[in-house]
Amino acid sequence: MTRVTAETLSRRQREISVSEFFAKNRHLLGFDSLRKALLTTVKEAVDNSLDACEEAGVLPEIWVELEAAKDTNRYLVRITDNGPGIVPEQAPKIFGQLLYGSKFHSLKQSRGQQGIGISAAAMYGQLTTGKPVSVESRTDRRSPAYAMQVLIDTNTNKPKAIGRRDLPDWHLDHGTLVELELEAKYLKGRQSVEEFLHQVAVANPHATLHYRSPNGETESWARTVEQNPTAPQEIKPHPHGVELGVLMKMLQSTRHKTVTRFLSRDFSRISPQLAGGLAKRAGINPKARPNTVARQTVDALYKAINDKKTRIRPPSTDCLSPIGVQELLAGLTRGVRAEFYGVETRRPAVYRGNPFQVEVGLAWGGDLAGDELAKVLRFANRVPLQYYAGSCCITKAVMDVSWRNYGLTQSRGALPSGPLIVLVHLASVWVPFSSESKVAVADYDEIRKEIKLAVQTCGRRLGQYVRRKARARNEARRREVFNLYIEEVVSSVEAITGKEQKLFRDRLLAISRRKTELAGMLEEAKGAAAGDDLEACENVLVVDPDAEPDAEPDAEPPAAPPVAAEAAADGEDAPGEGGAPAAEAVDSPEHLPPPIPAEAERDPGSQLELI
Amino acid sequence: MASKEEPATPEEERLRIPARLDARAKIEHLAKKTITMARREVDPYVDIPSRTLSNVTFSKRKKIIEMGDATQRRSLFNLNQARKYMQTLLVARGCTQLLDEQKTTSIRDLYYMTKHTLADGKENTFDGQEESDPIIEDLEVTLGALREELHLFAAKRGSVVGPLTLVDAGDVIDLSRMGSGGWSVPGIVEPETIRFVGHGAKFILLVEKEAVWARLNEDKFWRRHECILVTGQGQPPRGVRRLLFRMVHELNLPLYVFVDNDPWGYYIHSVVKQGSIGLAFESKRMAVPRARFIGLSSFDPAAYDLSEDVSIRLNDQDRARAREILNYEWFRARPWQKEIRNMLRTGVKWELEALSSKGLSFVTEEFLPKKIADRDWI
Repeated sequence: MTRVTAETLSRRQREISVSEFFAKNRHLLGFDSLRKALLTTVKEAVDNSLDACEEAGVLPEIWVELEAAKDTNRYLVRITDNGPGIVPEQAPKIFGQLLYGSKFHSLKQSRGQQGIGISAAAMYGQLTTGKPVSVESRTDRRSPAYAMQVLIDTNTNKPKAIGRRDLPDWHLDHGTLVELELEAKYLKGRQSVEEFLHQVAVANPHATLHYRSPNGETESWARTVEQNPTAPQEIKPHPHGVELGVLMKMLQSTRHKTVTRFLSRDFSRISPQLAGGLAKRAGINPKARPNTVARQTVDALYKAINDKKTRIRPPSTDCLSPIGVQELLAGLTRGVRAEFYGVETRRPAVYRGNPFQVEVGLAWGGDLAGDELAKVLRFANRVPLQYYAGSCCITKAVMDVSWRNYGLTQSRGALPSGPLIVLVHLASVWVPFSSESKVAVADYDEIRKEIKLAVQTCGRRLGQYVRRKARARNEARRREVFNLYIEEVVSSVEAITGKEQKLFRDRLLAISRRKTELAGMLEEAKGAAAGDDLEACENVLVVDPDAEPDAEPDAEPPAAPPVAAEAAADGEDAPGEGGAPAAEAVDSPEHLPPPIPAEAERDPGSQLELI
Repeated sequence: MASKEEPATPEEERLRIPARLDARAKIEHLAKKTITMARREVDPYVDIPSRTLSNVTFSKRKKIIEMGDATQRRSLFNLNQARKYMQTLLVARGCTQLLDEQKTTSIRDLYYMTKHTLADGKENTFDGQEESDPIIEDLEVTLGALREELHLFAAKRGSVVGPLTLVDAGDVIDLSRMGSGGWSVPGIVEPETIRFVGHGAKFILLVEKEAVWARLNEDKFWRRHECILVTGQGQPPRGVRRLLFRMVHELNLPLYVFVDNDPWGYYIHSVVKQGSIGLAFESKRMAVPRARFIGLSSFDPAAYDLSEDVSIRLNDQDRARAREILNYEWFRARPWQKEIRNMLRTGVKWELEALSSKGLSFVTEEFLPKKIADRDWI
């Protein structure tokens, strides 16, 4: 063995190309299987579209189209939105450069956080098929739309725009179309694109979604809320959420001239007095320039900030934008056909200096299967989480709850079983994902506790409803039984006495009525003493399945906005009646505004072969 | 269980059926009371004397089991009782029909008379005879009218053979000429149906097992030993018990009970002797305090040198039942305590057929003659 010298080593040391890095770390970014690659691509694009629409104050309408490409295992993904569009100069960077984005540097509740998403999908597509991303966009109706293709130079991580041209009549006033081809696998069922869109529809009732599967099936979810969520506020970091390394970096890059000014201006909840106190305790001259603070001293400052005796107010929480009670109900009713819906929005709380807020929705009964484990729909900043349910803090919190108290069955250490869907939404300026692919929430005590409390509140209302239903059933059954037996008793007494006993029957029926009503009232009174009135509770929506017993079995439940469930795709569902915004069953492609010119009209030359 | 009713309010005076009325009038009384209750807006109910261990007492003087005063209320407007309440009135109605038409029928027939589907098309008034039989007994105790008075009888069971002549429904029958099958005991054996004409017997022998009865009949044991040979095929039905009562009293004969040596055998003897818990209201016209337990005793196998080969090990159920009857007041007598404890100590039980291991006619030629001669009974 020859000894390795610094020279030989240096010959081997070189910049690792982004593509190489990507190939080695694709699992971190959600491209570790063909099926997941398709889902991740759709997900990143839809997240971007929704964020862009909301920031620009446009009610989102998004088209997701999947097509099988000519080669096996290749699919064409096309996402169109009616968002603000992208100025041509920015497009290459957005789609062709990893870690480029507006979101990483701000502390603000948004769907994407790192700026990896859509460019990673583009990179994946280019690596597996050699084809660039096609982009079409228009920023307003006065300027023309343009089209271009973006290639990524995998050696330099630099994007390259090619074939830019104007599109004279684009079909939308403003918006963006992204199209990419990638190696993927399309499967229905759990963790599918359909499931993802369905869940997006639940958590984003203000968005209209259209979908076309590779098999040509279409499905649409019309918005049921006519207002965008309030825009989340950007906040400065809270001292408790900052790690030592970040603190050092901030000291180096701040524009403030003194340590006290840096502390009180670059962080939230630090007053100048507190800043001075912190500096003093760390042994730093309050007037010192931030970039001159020595390494060990930064350590002391970090310790002073996190000392138990240092009292720093929790961060302001008005920066969060929860889905909201009515909006969540609207989302649930359009995504799930149930009998009881209950939602709860907790007040914001804080974990490690990061504000967060938990919302929970329950849907019970109706069309849900009664003999299975409950389904948990997990959302972080309105984005569905579909993988690693078992290791997710949300799932654990739902299992922590004693569902038996609410009239459901539950095995030890398992989810409850019954016709139940549990929706949990975690909104935060920084969602603590347990990995870069953003599929599971890390387990923080504060978060788990908040989720549990919200689930319990909803659970109590569900339990109340389930019990009340049982009571009503009891009362009806009791009366039915009594009245059946009364007929036998009366005819027996008539036979024994040899006389018709009409008065006797009337009196028995009267006693029966009085008795059953009394029993019902007693149970009602017991129930009322146990909790608040469900009718008056705005967090609850009940779609009474018995309200219209004569209605067609597939007719829409009258009280809820109709829902386009899977059945809609099969064209079985009638469009909703009764004024509620209806999710229409789109059974012909004409209903799906096709934003894309047909295959033949597109420029065949634009598909450059690479590599 | 004895009912612990809330104190009766004035309009809730206890439903009492006057004893002087006949069965038909008693049922009518019950129906009219029900109408009155409804008129007063009281939930209709019947108070049924409890037929449970807690509601019976053993009369030391009369040496029979007697029923106490505890009743159980059964109301129409109580979900747990409504069905039984309805059934009680249906049975009452069925009996009215029998009485009005002057017909007598089996309790199985009555089950079919009262069984039909309710108006909802799902539920039946009765789901089986085992549901209607206890209701009939409930009605008997409630009305204070016996099954016979309600024109009902159970499926007949039991046979008699021996030097006895009787009139059964007008036919003169000589029970010494009944061949191998004997005379079957009808469900109702009241004097209106059965009258004794004459006899040449010295005692009555009740045998638990029909097979042993057949053995004794084949050997003409009853002729040689001048006895009336009866079997109830297990626990004797009411007809057999009533017949035994009448024979003991009217013919003035002693009664020996010959049963398996196990807790169930002891209890058969006990029911014949002092009555049963469930039919305690019938004790005074069925129980025969003079009845003797002639075997098999738990001491017999040793005394008669029976082989252990033909014994059967006691199972848990046997032991539990033995301990249970040890505590019954009417098993408190020393000989019974000794008898049962000896069985538990030996840990085995013996069937009557075990005697055949000593030879087919051992029971007729040696065992029973010696037991009777030695007055070896309890």
